[in-house]
Amino acid sequence: MAIHRYSLLLAVCTLFLVVAGASVTSLEAGLSVPDWPLSYGQVMPEMKGGIFYEHGHRMVATTVGFLTIILAVWLWRSDNRAWMRRLGFAALAAVCVQGLLGGLTVLYMLPKPVSISHACLAELFFSLICAIALFTSPSWRNGAQPVDPAGWFARGNRILVLPGAVLLQVALGAAFRHKALPLAWHVGGAALVTAVVVAVSMVLIMEYPRHAALKRAATALVTITLAQVFLGVAAYMSRVATADAPQPMPVMVGFTVAHVALGALTMATSVLTAILVYRHVRRERDSYAPASEMSYAR
Amino acid sequence: MIHRFAALICAAVFVLLAACGGTTETKSSESSGSATAEPPAPAVAPADAATIAGKVTFTGTAPPRRPVSMDATPACARQHDKAVLSEEVVVNDNGTLRNVFVYVKEGLPAGKWPVPDAPVTIDQIGCVYKPHVIGVMVDQDVEFLNNDPTNHNIHPLPRLNREWNESQPPKGEPKLKSFAKPEIGIPVKCNIHPWMRVYINVVEHPFHAVTGEDGSFSIKGLPPGEYTIEAWHERYPAQQIKVKVGPGTTETAEFKFAG
Repeated sequence: MAIHRYSLLLAVCTLFLVVAGASVTSLEAGLSVPDWPLSYGQVMPEMKGGIFYEHGHRMVATTVGFLTIILAVWLWRSDNRAWMRRLGFAALAAVCVQGLLGGLTVLYMLPKPVSISHACLAELFFSLICAIALFTSPSWRNGAQPVDPAGWFARGNRILVLPGAVLLQVALGAAFRHKALPLAWHVGGAALVTAVVVAVSMVLIMEYPRHAALKRAATALVTITLAQVFLGVAAYMSRVATADAPQPMPVMVGFTVAHVALGALTMATSVLTAILVYRHVRRERDSYAPASEMSYAR
Repeated sequence: MIHRFAALICAAVFVLLAACGGTTETKSSESSGSATAEPPAPAVAPADAATIAGKVTFTGTAPPRRPVSMDATPACARQHDKAVLSEEVVVNDNGTLRNVFVYVKEGLPAGKWPVPDAPVTIDQIGCVYKPHVIGVMVDQDVEFLNNDPTNHNIHPLPRLNREWNESQPPKGEPKLKSFAKPEIGIPVKCNIHPWMRVYINVVEHPFHAVTGEDGSFSIKGLPPGEYTIEAWHERYPAQQIKVKVGPGTTETAEFKFAG
């Protein structure tokens, strides 16, 4: 139970890290510190102007990195599921790669492929930590409440379309943000993702109204996604309205950062929903094996 | 398992470094390298030297100059008694437009024009670049000063020249930089203070000017001939006109930008 709470804490810290990173980009502060891994050759430079945001982002990232090391070791020592132990080290590997990507964006002055990869991996890492929190939760330990298949996604691995579409949209958003693609791609992606989310969520809510976990996940997913669409429009409108301003304006920064943060939540919720569908909805072609294999080494 | 992840990380780093490789250049590559390859441009006798002069007027409604917020950096805010205004579009009292880069785009005889020894200076003072627009020749030094009590980073964003990003401490040593290729409108920004922006225009000859508080310009020492003169502004589309000058004459060129 303690490791579940710890995972939740790490998820919150990671979301804060996403907010810090999004602030750096929105405030155009990414290169206010030209060197890496130190900042102006120091561990702690004077925190002013863009340096506050860039170095602050590095400090939060370092904290999340250390917290992830603890999580990986903790899982390694306490969880008897081999795949969970591997998952802990996968999270550690992801946070290390993410740190290197962040460093490369600074040293090579924001190369688009690296910056876009950095943005996408941030949301994948957040989703991974949320998944670890789910896998270590009491509800997961209590085993599955299997339900009969319903809907198009109950066959094979079709449910992967959900997180896949959200990840594609995250990548399109990052590509727009880093000036690699025009806005039209991101808008088109929003329409696609919204359609997929609504289709999956409606089926889950209508077919399994008494299944608390599936209903909760579907409700959260559709709510967050619709709010995300609203924030996307607000972020764009605020960007247009402040285009003549001599510097990034708080209204634009606020909406854009909220849009990125909610994007991370959308990504994580879509991943968790897919996991819950795998766990609770019987596969049409497979016989279902109850997943009550949990046991913890204390 | 740990070894597998370590190998994965190393592979990712290798791929990324390989993908990013080639963006750095040595100092020598910043030079155009044309000093010996191209013959010098023909000298112009003082009596034959022509001048193209004029002004850049502005019609219509100018966008308001918006105040810059330096609240987040007291070291910057303290240096100003009143609000600093955006310099993107500055219309002078006489209806002319400031910060327009006017230069000879076409028509000069072939050859390499001598590069001035003196650098063009850009000062960072009051967390504002002064001046806001400059013109330099290829390989001519640009001298960056920091007369502020705070750090700045200098970050040009060229399309053709090499990008770089360097910090400069308060009252630090001047930085001398040059650009190897002609390029108009290179924005240079400070990421610490996102309102700071200056534009550097790099041309292959000395025949250029920037409009000031009276909106006028004067390009002197031209050999007789017919030239395409371009006026570049950071916000509005560039304009061109053709001007023919004879030996020792002065011709007028007028540009009109509309809001």
